[in-house]
Amino acid sequence: MAELQLREAIRAAMVEEMERDESIFLMGEEVSEYNGAYKVSEGMLKQFGAKRVIDTPIAENGFAGLGIGAAMNGLRPIIEFMTWNFSMVAMDQLINNAAKVRYMSGGQFKFPIVFRGPNGAAGQLAATHNTSFESIFSTIPGLKVISISNPDDAKGLLKSAIRDDDPVLFMESEVMYGMKGEVSDAKDYLIPIGKARIAREGKDVTIIAHNKSYWVAMKAAEMLVQEGFDPEVIDPRTIRPLDMETILASVKKTNRCVIVDESNPFASIASEIGFQIQREAFDYLDAPVLRVNAKDVPAPYAKNLIEYYMPSAEDTYKACRQVMYAN
Amino acid sequence: MASETGKKTVKKKSPRKSAATSSVNGHALDGLKAEPLSVTFNTYPPSNKTHRQLGLTKADVLDMYRSMLLQRRFEERAAQMYGKQKIGGFLHLYIGQEAISTGTAQAIRIGEDSVITAYRDHGHALAMGMTSNECMAELFGKIDGCSRGKGGSMHYFSKELKMMGGHGIVGAHIPVGTGIAFANKYKGEDTVCLAFFGDGAIHQGAFHEAANLAGLYDLPVIFVVENNQYAMGTAVDRAAAEPDLYKQALSYDMPSSLVSGMDVFSVYEAMQHHVAMAREGKPSLIEIRTYRYRGHSMSDPQKYRTKEELDAKKDEDPILRLKAYLLEHKMATNAQLDKVDDEVKQEVMESVEFAENSPAPGLETIYEDIYSDKDYPFTT
Repeated sequence: MAELQLREAIRAAMVEEMERDESIFLMGEEVSEYNGAYKVSEGMLKQFGAKRVIDTPIAENGFAGLGIGAAMNGLRPIIEFMTWNFSMVAMDQLINNAAKVRYMSGGQFKFPIVFRGPNGAAGQLAATHNTSFESIFSTIPGLKVISISNPDDAKGLLKSAIRDDDPVLFMESEVMYGMKGEVSDAKDYLIPIGKARIAREGKDVTIIAHNKSYWVAMKAAEMLVQEGFDPEVIDPRTIRPLDMETILASVKKTNRCVIVDESNPFASIASEIGFQIQREAFDYLDAPVLRVNAKDVPAPYAKNLIEYYMPSAEDTYKACRQVMYAN
Repeated sequence: MASETGKKTVKKKSPRKSAATSSVNGHALDGLKAEPLSVTFNTYPPSNKTHRQLGLTKADVLDMYRSMLLQRRFEERAAQMYGKQKIGGFLHLYIGQEAISTGTAQAIRIGEDSVITAYRDHGHALAMGMTSNECMAELFGKIDGCSRGKGGSMHYFSKELKMMGGHGIVGAHIPVGTGIAFANKYKGEDTVCLAFFGDGAIHQGAFHEAANLAGLYDLPVIFVVENNQYAMGTAVDRAAAEPDLYKQALSYDMPSSLVSGMDVFSVYEAMQHHVAMAREGKPSLIEIRTYRYRGHSMSDPQKYRTKEELDAKKDEDPILRLKAYLLEHKMATNAQLDKVDDEVKQEVMESVEFAENSPAPGLETIYEDIYSDKDYPFTT
């Protein structure tokens, strides 16, 4: 085990995989000579050269499409979006090409490609730079979506994503890049895609949260513990495929559930998980499932407003007390 | 090499055509001149070279004739089957444009070089050697179709032949073709990718982003505009600020050519030159002036053009042109060419029978071909 920042864990995953397989390359805005807009790819140009660590113009549709074509023709690209907010420009490539061409070709072509970068809100950046997109992309069959909460998961899951033969959308967070954590240095450390992590075992309420929201959930859990409650916290880690088995087992044990999710609430990850719980575990529920999402508005700029916009530990704590009828 | 990449001299811009006047007459193929416009642009007018000058054998020329005729007869029959509701969805016919697919197929290494195109893809598929059977079965939505009945008319693929589709979103496949070329170069191959698209697609940002990337990274890709004069119902000069589409290449430091799409020899010659350039890592653009005889799709009443215009274009028919050439050069008799026609008609008839007899895809196949994982969990 070694203590790494999240950005170092992501880099370690890319470096190890690129050392292993010549067909992997990294492409994106500022990934090469600038060493990465958030220094995730620092030093990679020096190690792998300009053939494999490639700067692009600011043209997401073009370079996302280029990566898809390269994957279709035998390479394994890693395409970095400076943030997922800019992936909207490349949405046509992600949805109409990466996700669908395997299907429309009757399975003839595979698309072993990873799109990665920071997702969600990062502070006072206003509406265009502060959106969480995992629920939007998760509605698209053909895509896999991973959203990580810590350095160890980042490394193990990114390595799995790079080795996967399908397009994987890998969502990080710029506010977590400096976060440190123990990371396995085992050879070929692979965390399977589609397996949730039970972060805290408990019996009173299940809190489900991924990415930054996981830390919101953990803080709320601490507040509940202070009051003598015993919450269970689950980080699904991969959004599609989603490990409903682990989630349902937990809900059947605690009989109560709160989902924390930075997506806007309508048709969010929380909505989907809540629906599946009511379908599969209705008889086990002692209270309606609650969700804590970003507010149902574009992200605002003002400091007090963006803080109010984000799902908070306080709101999560209150929601948990509500489903436990402790209010 | 046909096109030089030396100092650029741009020819004086011709006066802008009025949107109200007929665009097609303004872009008549007769207007193409044999001499290069400049060191940057080349032209490949019709009836410029003999097959011997191009290094084509009699067998090559007869193969090209057969290929064009097969595409024509296949689509005529497909249109009929569409009328009988054997085929659903959209059906965009390539009739009139067969010289492009055929001249291209003759100029590349099939199975090594890649072709990617848009929704008007039957011609390219057949020219590259996909069978009438798999193509017709795909139109019928049957399991023996080239895409297992999941793609239909707009989505023909053959990994083996490196026919990379068949894509339905206008312009979106152009960056993908550029990425295919990127992979060719990355792997150290001397293979190339030809990205075909229509005159409507050149206005998409996807084209301009891809062309910039290709020029920036020196990718072995050829951007080929099949300018059939109409983007659905909109004449090219009603959509293009610069209707001479080949001039777009200047923005990306690429050589480009203007080619007659009514003469398969012109297409073949241009393609040979551009493929050679691409093999040396130089991307380029080709505008091929062509014409589609049918509507944009089967639902198009074609009110945007006159019968006279259409008839004038049919007089330039690429198949009739090649037939006349074969007869004139005593490479075949009328009877021999009629026999070729009978044979391809028979092949197409048999493909209809094949498609009729092929089973519909089993309902379980709806969950196949989405992910590499066979046991991927679904929520439905």
